[in-house]
Amino acid sequence: MTLTDKKLNRRSFLKVSALAGGGMMLSFSWLAGCKPTTDELLTMPDEWFEINSYIKIGENGAVTLFNPNPEFGQNVKTSLPMILAEELDIDWKKVFVEQADFYPERFDRQFTGGSNSVRTSWKPLRTAGATARQLIVNAAAKTWEVPAEEITTSHGTVEHKSSGKKAGYGEMASLAGTLEAPDPETITLKEISDFKIIGKSKKNVDATKIVTGKPLFALDHKVKGMKYAAIVHPPAFGMKLKSFDKSSVTSMPGIQDAFEVKIFKDDYGRNFFDTTTFPVIIAIVGDSTWEVMQAKKSLKAEWEKAPESTFPMAGRGGQTRDIKVPDGLENSSTHKEKMAEYIAKPGTEHRKDGDPEAAFKKAAKVLERTYTAPFLAHNTMEPMNAFADVTADKAVIYGPTQAPELIRQTLASSLGMPQENIQINLARMGGGFGRRAYSHHLTEAALISQKIKAPVKMVYTREDDMTAGVYRPTYSATYRAALDEDNKLLAFHVKAGGIPESPLHANRFPAGAIDNYLAEGWQIDSNITIGAFRAPRSNFIAGAEQSFLDELAEEMGKDPIEFRLELLKRAETNPVGENNDYDPKRYAGVLKLVREKSNWPSAPAGTSRGVSAYFCHNSYVAEVVDISIKDNQPVVESVYAAVDCGVVVNPDAAANMGEGAIVDGIGNAFYGEMAFEDGVPTKTNFDKYRMIRHSESPKKIEVHFVENNENPTGLGEPLFPPIFAALGNSLYKATGKRFYDQPFQPQLLQIENLNM
Amino acid sequence: MTQYNLTINGKSLQVDVDPDTPLLWVLRDHLNLVGTKFGCGIAQCGACTVHIDGDAVRSCSYPVSVIEDKKVVTIEGLSENGDHPVQKAWLEHDVPQCGYCQSGQIMTAASLLAENPHPTDEEISYAMNGNICRCGTYTRIKAAVKTASKSI
Repeated sequence: MTLTDKKLNRRSFLKVSALAGGGMMLSFSWLAGCKPTTDELLTMPDEWFEINSYIKIGENGAVTLFNPNPEFGQNVKTSLPMILAEELDIDWKKVFVEQADFYPERFDRQFTGGSNSVRTSWKPLRTAGATARQLIVNAAAKTWEVPAEEITTSHGTVEHKSSGKKAGYGEMASLAGTLEAPDPETITLKEISDFKIIGKSKKNVDATKIVTGKPLFALDHKVKGMKYAAIVHPPAFGMKLKSFDKSSVTSMPGIQDAFEVKIFKDDYGRNFFDTTTFPVIIAIVGDSTWEVMQAKKSLKAEWEKAPESTFPMAGRGGQTRDIKVPDGLENSSTHKEKMAEYIAKPGTEHRKDGDPEAAFKKAAKVLERTYTAPFLAHNTMEPMNAFADVTADKAVIYGPTQAPELIRQTLASSLGMPQENIQINLARMGGGFGRRAYSHHLTEAALISQKIKAPVKMVYTREDDMTAGVYRPTYSATYRAALDEDNKLLAFHVKAGGIPESPLHANRFPAGAIDNYLAEGWQIDSNITIGAFRAPRSNFIAGAEQSFLDELAEEMGKDPIEFRLELLKRAETNPVGENNDYDPKRYAGVLKLVREKSNWPSAPAGTSRGVSAYFCHNSYVAEVVDISIKDNQPVVESVYAAVDCGVVVNPDAAANMGEGAIVDGIGNAFYGEMAFEDGVPTKTNFDKYRMIRHSESPKKIEVHFVENNENPTGLGEPLFPPIFAALGNSLYKATGKRFYDQPFQPQLLQIENLNM
Repeated sequence: MTQYNLTINGKSLQVDVDPDTPLLWVLRDHLNLVGTKFGCGIAQCGACTVHIDGDAVRSCSYPVSVIEDKKVVTIEGLSENGDHPVQKAWLEHDVPQCGYCQSGQIMTAASLLAENPHPTDEEISYAMNGNICRCGTYTRIKAAVKTASKSI
């Protein structure tokens, strides 16, 4: 408990100050708070009472809810507190939301990724809210000397109807905070039909701060005496530092020092997010960001080829495996040649149903197509950065990180400090998309601070951010379908691989819908570091699979939606195999909904449309894209999405996230690409790495949710993977050409007249 | 180092910096105005957009030495109470996701509407094309600009 008390003290950032008009207003720490605007100013309590880790209630009924998870734009800072507020049975207008720091003793699973925040927090947060509500009820029962079962709650008030007693939660908060928490097993959760907050759109609790430019991000954090740092990393994958000349920069204005930073201790066992491309870098420290960035350009350093190496790394299941890092300077052209070799030979079998070999032998027709996609850089708008203040026995870090728990383990080793002494404050992230699960920008800043014995803010240039790795891998998938004389589907074969991982999901659709099915994978080692990128693996394989199904449907003379529904009907009524990891009915449900909402198949005059559907992160999405051709360029006129992710907590914010995923996917499908020449990333900034812009964005996007009472599933990722194929299939309708290789733009440029 | 007298958000401020220092870093490091964001450093993403004498410019590529005698407005000074029509429209449409690019988007949109209070869709796209949003909030930004244009 000592630790908790100490932490509570350092967390006591709620200061009460007098306001004109006699009310009291909370003054939050700059990063944690959500300062109310004048028109929604809450009257501040004199005292807060902690009901549990997530909930504090003031004597006047004001409520503070903590968002436990890191926020990177998925809006959990609003949606997770909504879940608490619902079961607590309070008025949303009385709520303050604060971002929790990383605090595993108080909060479960402070991680953002895998579209898991709402899904995994659903029951725990409902239980936390309902438990707090029960404590208020118990306090009222004690005060009024009536049975707790006879007390009801509504909008933050408790009532005992038969005696006419009624009180606000605030009046019971002081006593409730001292009562023993009831056993969670005895807690009754609300019926979904009784929800008053969940399912009703609430505005982003940080929006006012965002639109007025208040400090919210780690890059915005400052303290007195803080130094600034830049890093210099090897110019190519497969290279390492040989030596550098400190004097080439230390005489420059504002420059204090330059030194080597080694991220990992020799005896450290890496966990699965400890991916870092260059474990040894050079840090330059000075008085301002501009000065250290200038010094970067002047630093004289020598680099040498890195030898092949192997290190053990913990997998997600806890098992340790050896990660092989080959030597050499890799090229995109040789990547393509190597991939072609693997495409041509058998892969590793992951699933086989029936006798696919025999079926292909007797086929009247075989359709075979290969799809590819390049490496992608995450390109979060806020480049990697971190603030660190490391003293002899304590480290305070503001970092943009999706995975604070794992980086704290690394920090403890690298700094030589117990984990308990490392405080990680969860700054809002300027985008994540998977990139910030790999958080060694925090370690770099911390080691720099430890060395210079001063607080420091370290920031990557955009060039550092784009060239230091952790990319979406490059992938390939080859599909084959066997048809008989009557164009009946006999067998299906997928073989998918990549550098350095395979995107295969062997048990996903159309597995389970076809008697003879074979899934194979392959992979090629590389020293180019890769990591999670919005809907890992699905972000490629969905586009490949759904493009192939479109072509197959055409070959079979079927409507693409009807064709998918027929396969899903088979998977529902008479499934093949046992490990099919999707629900055919819910899958069909989104196809039917998108068919209705887009008025399929009638594309509006002058447009061409394509469809796609995919299941990932436990959610089902179908999308229809309508494009027109103007000035020899495709224009995305409309996108219709149908989503089944169970109960939607915050519908308008959920739609926003879906719209963003669609725009993101269209951008990456048209333009996204990272390439390499002799280990050097060829795109270093937004002048070369093309990102989708306003004028290329769809003119209209509609996101429709299937209404049901299923527990919530993923949302941030599932709308991203299917859009690649919906776009590709609409481009085919418009141009008569199939698009097998991402990005699509180079192929589009080769078509002389798109106005066919 | 050179001393500069700057007019930022209606206030006279002094800084002592290298003449080549971009306005972006003067704002962020020296004047504690961190609402203006660093995105690319080469005027390609628009995260650092501010107004200089009313024009939307990329502060990352604008050296401090050329802005004396000019009026700089940053997101912090766009309105006194966060109630510029563009800011209000942004809240109404709940535009931001991560929020990092939004001050730049808002400054570009405010400059557009000051010059052209009722832009067409094409004019909005053209004016906003220099501002990247990695979260993909473009359709909401367009809707918010149109809403704001109704109250200007």
